Amino acid sequence: MQELEVTHELALEHGLTDEEFERIIKILGRIPSFTELGIFSVMWSEHCSYKNSIKLLKTLPRSGGRLLVEAGEENAGLVDIGDGLAVAFKIESHNHPSAVEPYQGAATGVGGIMRDIFTMGARPIACLDSLRFGSLDDARTRYLFDGVVRGIGDYGNCLGIPTVAGEVYFDESYQDNPLVNAMSVGLVNTEHVASAIAKGEGNPVMIVGSSTGRDGIHGATFASEEISEKSEAKRPSVQVGDPLTEKLLLEASLEIIKNGWLVGIQDMGAAGISCSTSEMSARGKSGMNINLDKVPLREKGMTAYEIMLSESQERMLCVVKKGFEDKVKEVFEKWDLHCEIIGEVTNDGLLHISYQGAVKAVIPSFELVLGGGAPVYVRETKEPTYIKEIRKFDFKKIPQPKNLAETFKKIFSSPNIVSKKWVFEQYDSTVRTNTIVGPGCDAAVIHIKDTGKALAMKTDCNSRYVYLNPKEGTKIAVAESARNIVCSGGIPLAITNCLNFGNPYKPENYWQFSQAIEGMGEACRFFNTPVTGGNVSFYNESPNAAVYPTPTIGMVGLVEKLANVTTSFFKSHNDLIYVLGEDYEELGGSEYLKVIHNKVAGDCPHLDLQVELNLHETILALIKNKLIESAHDVSEGGIICALAECCIMNEENFIGAEVNIPIRTREDFSLFSESQSRIIISVNETNQKEFESILNKKKQHHALLGKTTNEKFIINNKINLDLKELSEIYYDTIPRIMNA
Amino acid sequence: MKPKFGIVVFPGSNCDHDAYYVIKKILNYDAVFLWHKDTYIQNCDVIILPGGFSYGDYLRTGAIARFSHIMDSVFNFAEKGGYVFGICNGFQILLEAGLLPGCMLKNKSLQFICKDVYLSVRNKDTVFTKGIENVKTIKVPIAHGDGNYFADKDTLNSLEENNQIVFQYSSKDGESLEAFNTNGSVMNIAGIINKRGNVLGMMPHPERCSSKILGKTDGSLIFNSLAKNIFN
Repeated sequence: MQELEVTHELALEHGLTDEEFERIIKILGRIPSFTELGIFSVMWSEHCSYKNSIKLLKTLPRSGGRLLVEAGEENAGLVDIGDGLAVAFKIESHNHPSAVEPYQGAATGVGGIMRDIFTMGARPIACLDSLRFGSLDDARTRYLFDGVVRGIGDYGNCLGIPTVAGEVYFDESYQDNPLVNAMSVGLVNTEHVASAIAKGEGNPVMIVGSSTGRDGIHGATFASEEISEKSEAKRPSVQVGDPLTEKLLLEASLEIIKNGWLVGIQDMGAAGISCSTSEMSARGKSGMNINLDKVPLREKGMTAYEIMLSESQERMLCVVKKGFEDKVKEVFEKWDLHCEIIGEVTNDGLLHISYQGAVKAVIPSFELVLGGGAPVYVRETKEPTYIKEIRKFDFKKIPQPKNLAETFKKIFSSPNIVSKKWVFEQYDSTVRTNTIVGPGCDAAVIHIKDTGKALAMKTDCNSRYVYLNPKEGTKIAVAESARNIVCSGGIPLAITNCLNFGNPYKPENYWQFSQAIEGMGEACRFFNTPVTGGNVSFYNESPNAAVYPTPTIGMVGLVEKLANVTTSFFKSHNDLIYVLGEDYEELGGSEYLKVIHNKVAGDCPHLDLQVELNLHETILALIKNKLIESAHDVSEGGIICALAECCIMNEENFIGAEVNIPIRTREDFSLFSESQSRIIISVNETNQKEFESILNKKKQHHALLGKTTNEKFIINNKINLDLKELSEIYYDTIPRIMNA
Repeated sequence: MKPKFGIVVFPGSNCDHDAYYVIKKILNYDAVFLWHKDTYIQNCDVIILPGGFSYGDYLRTGAIARFSHIMDSVFNFAEKGGYVFGICNGFQILLEAGLLPGCMLKNKSLQFICKDVYLSVRNKDTVFTKGIENVKTIKVPIAHGDGNYFADKDTLNSLEENNQIVFQYSSKDGESLEAFNTNGSVMNIAGIINKRGNVLGMMPHPERCSSKILGKTDGSLIFNSLAKNIFN
């Protein structure tokens, strides 16, 4: 078949710039073939090359702590947790596919991130999801929300990996461009870590798993554009998931890795065969001879271009130690999966692709990849004009609410605050029998079998804060995830990040991005939680505007003893209720301001990293000395919402509370303020003395608020509510909206 | 005597290792995996068809798995009075295979549901349930999309007459009411046994609540009951 002739126009249609096309011609010393153009265009797309982000990402702390493998070296970072074990974890976005085809978009997002983990030889033990949608009042939002949750559920449930934590936010800024960020956490014996490398001349290259079809062609390029009315037509760019094949691929891959028959293995996600062949060979400073005739195909008549760019799911590329081909084949046959030798490793550094007797592409693999020949840009930045505008907001002019109880109920019923049970009950959270603390608490806690340890994990980001102040807001995202880990009894280990921003070619968006990276670096260095890796998703825009800048943080912590596992809800009557940390009546970006006054304005709450770290150390000391019954961080909705959650979060045992919240200047300000570094604690009276002595020793600011009771939620003698009423708001709001 | 449990591994089984771990590591009985392509059942005393999504459940749940090689041996084993225990997907497979009566529909909410539920034990005179004493209910997690048990009137009458309804969704105190039946099962049925009393299927997962570390141990009552009573 005759290939299309490559012209300048065709290159631009592929999303390449003039400059990039010139560069390709220079690298090859000729005009690229059509297949080569396709390969370059996907490999140099934002999604694969990180061309507009890598320079800034490299400023993040990417080593230290307990990190074994640095960010960017492999498919995911690795953190040592002792006992010969390491944790591999990573978060990734699937925003664009989910915007046009929510079910498959989200499902394949889960599948992709799982493969990143098990290609390292790690068995995935948990999945987390950070989701953002437009307003739930909107029918399309409800359709997207429902589809995404089903997609995540059906894929993860079938795979048998528990989905244990995450977050869901609703805000108009995500109306046409939802965010779907999936995180996977895996465990690996440090002796069985696999590498994504190709080396050793003559070693066979195998494609394993699903056959290759026409689905997902140019998915990576699609993800590197803004969402528009035309996006609906890109539905064919969305891949279709097959969780059964993924489950078989998972078992087969772990089996061959454990047996030591591999040189390297990499999953096929974005840019399919193009990406895995070029990245693996570039990493090993080698090349590959690939014969596409050997690739198992789903349909007849596929071109080299299509085969190279297909993003069919559930496939892996393996470089096998010569002589072990049959052993590897035997394992894949046992699991009823395809396993074909499609080529071999060479020493010339060239990716050499042939098909139907013709040479289709010859490209130095190094030139295609990030860290090699892929372009690197730093874009222009400019502080957006809205920043100065919103900072002028005068909080004193907010009218005082007439009825405090009604105001509280309205905020407490915000979909951002109420229970996400409607979501997480659709996820299997108990399979693998390690879930000690499942969804609904501050962080999930997952037991590591045959040890007395557990892992705490959480995703976090308040994007309103980041919108108001990208640098400080991102610091808060890191601090809050650490706070959640600590509240569960864990020591923060490391983070992974999913950076969801708008078009980087707009200087305002790039300013947000660069500020966020600065804040993240500062916070991660301070908490000694390096970045293990992650994902950048630009072009999150709809015709109206960019989404709120959303640098989602996924954090993993180590619970050194199972006795340290702590939950957020009150346990029994007559316990003392304390708040640790100080209130500054900060309402910028608060749920109160948005829900009651329909404003997103001001500055985000301030964060003092030293105060935050001291709080973490205090909490961990209290937990270690068994002095507290519960710990729950104060976040959206302020202290009053946090207290209400403590009362009703355990559905089997509601506990009342009678408290007096100190008022600084105004009741509504103090009750709904979202000042950082605060945690609600309940303490058994017999421990009060020892508890306070630790607080004093640590110089930890605190206040005794009141006591837990049999019934009722009583605040400052002004709000007096039945727990039943509270729980109906908390648990029934989202089902009521979704089942309407 | 230590009983030996054989846990069948279908492509897509995902609770096989959970069952194995509980039986072998926590309860200290013998356990082996039985591969779906094999027919030899390794002298097991009990065969467990575990939870998961056999063959992806892309057709009807359990519809393909029943045609696996190993199922011929499971039929023979059950025929001879061997004990077969189907959990979740395993229950669905037993229904498709005709080893238990009735069928499974999608949950009435049309959603997958994962949560802890309470079960009242209607028949404590089976090898699976004799050991469940002095409790009104047991608390066991469910995790399924197709757990809405259905059977025609005659079948239900026959189940009732022969005391084959073993588990029903109920309140914490053991009241079997519609309100506690999250998937819409007819008569709040969560688990049934065959007439002979050697084949039991249930949707909830006892293997997920048999460990002190998870703070839930009611499931171990069933495995221990089996271990204690199958040789009597």
